[in-house]
Amino acid sequence: MEGQLAHIGAGLAGLGTGLAALGVGNVAANFLSGALRNPSAAASQTATLFIGIAFAEALGIFSFLVALLLMFAV
Amino acid sequence: MATEVEHGAEMADHAVENTGLVFHPMDQFIVKPLFGDGHVGMFTITNVTLWMAIAIAAIAALMVWGTSRRAIVPSRTQSVAELAYGFIHKMVEDVTGKDGLKYFPYIMTLFMFIVMSNFLGLIPMSFTTTSHFAVTVVLALAVFLGVTILGFVKNGASFLSLFWVSSAPLALRPILALIEVISYFVRPVSHSIRLAGNVMAGHAVLKVFAGFAAVAAVSPLTIVAITAIYGLEVLVAFIQAYVFTILTCVYLKDALHPHH
Repeated sequence: MEGQLAHIGAGLAGLGTGLAALGVGNVAANFLSGALRNPSAAASQTATLFIGIAFAEALGIFSFLVALLLMFAV
Repeated sequence: MATEVEHGAEMADHAVENTGLVFHPMDQFIVKPLFGDGHVGMFTITNVTLWMAIAIAAIAALMVWGTSRRAIVPSRTQSVAELAYGFIHKMVEDVTGKDGLKYFPYIMTLFMFIVMSNFLGLIPMSFTTTSHFAVTVVLALAVFLGVTILGFVKNGASFLSLFWVSSAPLALRPILALIEVISYFVRPVSHSIRLAGNVMAGHAVLKVFAGFAAVAAVSPLTIVAITAIYGLEVLVAFIQAYVFTILTCVYLKDALHPHH
């Protein structure tokens, strides 16, 4: 029974990955809308874009990690 | 390490019993000794050791042999070596500033090791060293400890002003300081887990699709999907190395110039 509950928990933790996808999409979309308004400034901001994406993505990876822990370590 | 192998064997049994897949998608991450009876000790040569050594040899070949002839019209190898050098040099200069260039060799080493490990891991049947938290945590902890020590050596006690946001209203500053301290100590965690998690997730997805390829009805679709995901993984392999490196530069900048 406990093992099955852990699997359900892993599935729920997987939701976090999808929500992180929303966050990453949000960063990229806002960058693109800004970049299209002022293309000359876009190239200098790609580093910031990747840092923003990395921070948003890290939390999704954390929930993936929780899912892995529930599957294999609990 | 020994328990890891047992755990891996357990996982393999588990795959046969419970899931419909022919192999378990996490089997590819099992650490196995190259010689001997399966016991993994402190100095056992495992597949991780082998692929790290291959990565180092590949980097040395690219950078040393590639730039040894120094033609005016560069060969392809020389172009790649020069591009990588120029790319990281510019990144360090842009993010950290001129005084950060003293630490360029370390950052270049980090980038080349991670990007080469990621790319070598994409070769079928190879082993991805950066998919193991043990590897990335060591890399991230080295950066964290190095940057913290450097901050105190360069700035003395005024390095602590990194946590005291002087632009915020006075009443908010203690709360902000607490948040800044927590976020500072979470840095090595997120720094390492981001790299290993991304690489591991991508490779696991590839293997899951490879498992479905055995089912005749969906195999054409699966093979197309594997090709597409593989392309994405090549991109991810580079971007994660880039992100790890640029975050190192950001942390280094905080250590050299802690004042907000």
